[in-house]
Amino acid sequence: MKTNDVIFQTTTKVVLFIIVMFSIFLFFAGHHNPGGGFIGGLMTSSAIVLLLLAYDIKTVKKILPINFLTLTAVGLMIAVLTGVGSFLFGAPFLSHTFDYFELPLLGETELATAVLFDIGVYLVVVGVTMTIIQTIGESE
Amino acid sequence: MTLLHLAILSPFLMAILVPFIYKFVRNVHTGWFVLVLPVTLFVYFVQFIPRNMNGQTTISTAEWIPSLGINFTALVDGLGLLFALLITGIGALVVLYSIYYLSKEKEQLHSFYVYLLMFMGAMLGVVLSDNMIVLYTFWELTSLSSFLLIGYWYHREKSRYGAQKSMLITVFGGLAMLGGFVLLYLMTGTFSIRETIGYVPAIMDHYLFVPAMLLILLGAFTKSAQFPFYIWLPDAMEAPTPVSAYLHSATMVKAGIYLVARLSPVFALTPEWFWIVSTVGIITLFWGSFNAVKQTDLKAILAFSTVSQLGLIMSLLGVGAASLHYDMLDDNIFTVATLAAVFHLINHATFKGSLFMVVGIVDHETGTRDIRKLGGLMSLMPITFTIAVIGAFSMAGLPPFNGFLSKEMFFTGMLRVMEFDLFNAQTYGFIFPVLAWLGSIFTFLYSMVLVFRTFTGKYQPEKLEKKPHEAPIGMLIPPIILASLVIVIGFFPNIISYSIIEPAMASILPTLLMEGEHFYVNIYMWHGWTPELFMTIGVVALGVLGYLTLPKWRRIYNLFPEKLTLNKAYDGGLKGLNTGSERLTKFYMTGFFRDYLAYIFAFMIVILGSTIAIKGAFSYSFDDLAPVGPYEAVIAVVMTLSALTIVFSKSRLSAIIALGAVGYSLSLFFVIFRAPDLALTQLIIETVSVALFLLCFYHLPEFKKVETKMRFKVENFIISAGVGLVVTLIALSANSQQVSDRISNYFIENSYYLAGGKNMVNVILVDFRGFDTLFEVVVLGIAALGIYSMIKLRLSRGEEQS
Repeated sequence: MKTNDVIFQTTTKVVLFIIVMFSIFLFFAGHHNPGGGFIGGLMTSSAIVLLLLAYDIKTVKKILPINFLTLTAVGLMIAVLTGVGSFLFGAPFLSHTFDYFELPLLGETELATAVLFDIGVYLVVVGVTMTIIQTIGESE
Repeated sequence: MTLLHLAILSPFLMAILVPFIYKFVRNVHTGWFVLVLPVTLFVYFVQFIPRNMNGQTTISTAEWIPSLGINFTALVDGLGLLFALLITGIGALVVLYSIYYLSKEKEQLHSFYVYLLMFMGAMLGVVLSDNMIVLYTFWELTSLSSFLLIGYWYHREKSRYGAQKSMLITVFGGLAMLGGFVLLYLMTGTFSIRETIGYVPAIMDHYLFVPAMLLILLGAFTKSAQFPFYIWLPDAMEAPTPVSAYLHSATMVKAGIYLVARLSPVFALTPEWFWIVSTVGIITLFWGSFNAVKQTDLKAILAFSTVSQLGLIMSLLGVGAASLHYDMLDDNIFTVATLAAVFHLINHATFKGSLFMVVGIVDHETGTRDIRKLGGLMSLMPITFTIAVIGAFSMAGLPPFNGFLSKEMFFTGMLRVMEFDLFNAQTYGFIFPVLAWLGSIFTFLYSMVLVFRTFTGKYQPEKLEKKPHEAPIGMLIPPIILASLVIVIGFFPNIISYSIIEPAMASILPTLLMEGEHFYVNIYMWHGWTPELFMTIGVVALGVLGYLTLPKWRRIYNLFPEKLTLNKAYDGGLKGLNTGSERLTKFYMTGFFRDYLAYIFAFMIVILGSTIAIKGAFSYSFDDLAPVGPYEAVIAVVMTLSALTIVFSKSRLSAIIALGAVGYSLSLFFVIFRAPDLALTQLIIETVSVALFLLCFYHLPEFKKVETKMRFKVENFIISAGVGLVVTLIALSANSQQVSDRISNYFIENSYYLAGGKNMVNVILVDFRGFDTLFEVVVLGIAALGIYSMIKLRLSRGEEQS
């Protein structure tokens, strides 16, 4: 018997965006406040998990046509390339720098290369958790 | 590299060529090409004789590993030259003999000659090396090539057994010897034997001196088949007869003799050396000759005879050590023992080589070596018979052959032990002449058995596989040469006494000689009516009596229980080692994870706990502790209760939930200890892992899914309590002993100024220590890939086959 979970699905539609926004906030807050790539990534994937619970795997795959293994690889690549990038400036592996810029809309903003590295971490965490959950979910 | 080095290494170079010769020149027996080498080498080494007679030695060094003091120093002195001549001379004869013995069509000749040449080179290296490590290298090469030669007919079970046995025993000794060399090096700082001799007075009382001696003697005794290590030699008789003649009578088994003689100047002043070498030798002599009489296989008789003769030489070397206790050369009555040792060494090589070849001929021409099947071959094989008589009578110590001379000297040496006034020799010395005399009677007996059971008596053609006839001339030439040497040395012993024996004695007893002095050796047949002569007469008389009444007293061999032989001990020991180690492995490798975990944790407790106890590392102080607030106390209680719930819970579900409770209380701890990043992460990770646990729980198989309470086991309780206790103790001690400042101040001060971040945890993770994070991310990726491939790649058996 297929249960009708319209309340669940409707709530999900609303809550999902809040969770995603919160995860993005956590990610960007990481440099100065609690948060960062790891917790941000986990939070994003929990949003997707919620989606998985509300709908089935096929639907989620249609909504998010992402191969999460590739995502993991891309994340790793970004993290490594950030490290290698410091060679271009004659600095040791994984040296970071930061500076303040005047950006439109945002005003004076700090941009740090560490955030690039954190993006790599973020993508890997999302990729890994989703790969694990999806594979286990798909298996008989 | 000099010509001398090239000469030592030339057999190895030749061995490389042999397979090509074998492959491309098929219609000529490969042995003919090989024969050139030992003959050339023999001629080359003969040229050293005049130099050595003048007391000069030849030394040349080629660098090998100079930084470790390991150089290939070739030394040609009297002793080395004597052995080199034996090796190359008998080597040439054996190669010639093997050309007729081994069939060109049926045998794998290339392997045979490669092994034989390897052996020859290794043996030359052993006797001509001054460096102990080089000596050891060549020593192991002789073991290896001997192993290959014994197992030459590898399709035979007994060949493989004999090869394995000899390998195990000789390599055991070889390794012990290496240990001895290393100990010597620790004392002297040099691997050179000549230099070591110079250090001897200084290291005599060193506590490693006697251990080094014992280890080296172990090497010598195993190689030279001394009691109780002789057991490999009779089994080595499965080798082709040329090999037995060469390795197991004339050369390899004398490597141990060589070693003892070579290191006599180093060790001979200690009483242990005198007693061990001479006692082991004399026991081996008696035991070998006693056992030789009961053998029915011709080669086995010769094997035991070799054992016994080697014991004779060994005991003489031991007694010869006594001479070093007297400074004067004049009236030094114990040098005669060393002289007898060297002389008998040469004699034994000649007559034993010829006897092995004779046995090989008999085997080759009749198809059996069993003396119960043989008999009456005298008229059929007259030349072989003559050689056998010469060899066997010389072995028995009868005039006019060379064995008589050395046996007389042997008796002289043994009788003089009683006059030695050190090391209690006057008290116990009488056993030496007694055992020597008894051994000689048995030697006489088996020599007679060897000749007369084979060549006289009743001819039994029906028991033989082939129709016997005289051997081809090529097979007869080598034993004829050796037998004529037996006679020539018997009649004119002094042709070798000045040229070879004197320089050899000078190398064994170098400290006895003043500048320009040399030993004066004059061997002659007639000593006058000495006790030795009466001993020989007694040997002959009792020997003849014993031979005639042999069937009557043969029964005494049955008195000795079969179960107590050394072979049984060896086999049983080997088997016991196998089953014992198997049992041990089965005992502790149970295949259960819980057992291995118990070992690991038990070791952890024992090692860490005993370290704390022994080092007195435990200490505690309450100086640096923070006050405990109510929150901490409450959470700690909750955590403890949930942990106890896990342990005592009856169902898995409650254990999983309790585990979750532990995790969430941990994240609460993070909150009150002001670690927001950790608290966040712990919260989510705990949720994920509890979900995964529930997944596992849900998928447990239906069958046998009985919810049972965990059974209580005392040993598990002890181990887990021990681990907890030890870890707690260590944590307490570590916390009370803060020795260095924390580096966190650096991060606190610099995380904003250097990295531009106010979240110190994150700055450390991505900036200060980003390298760790990089690889943790990699770990996560690997875990995901692992789970993915474990679940997706489930090849069942049917799929694998398709």
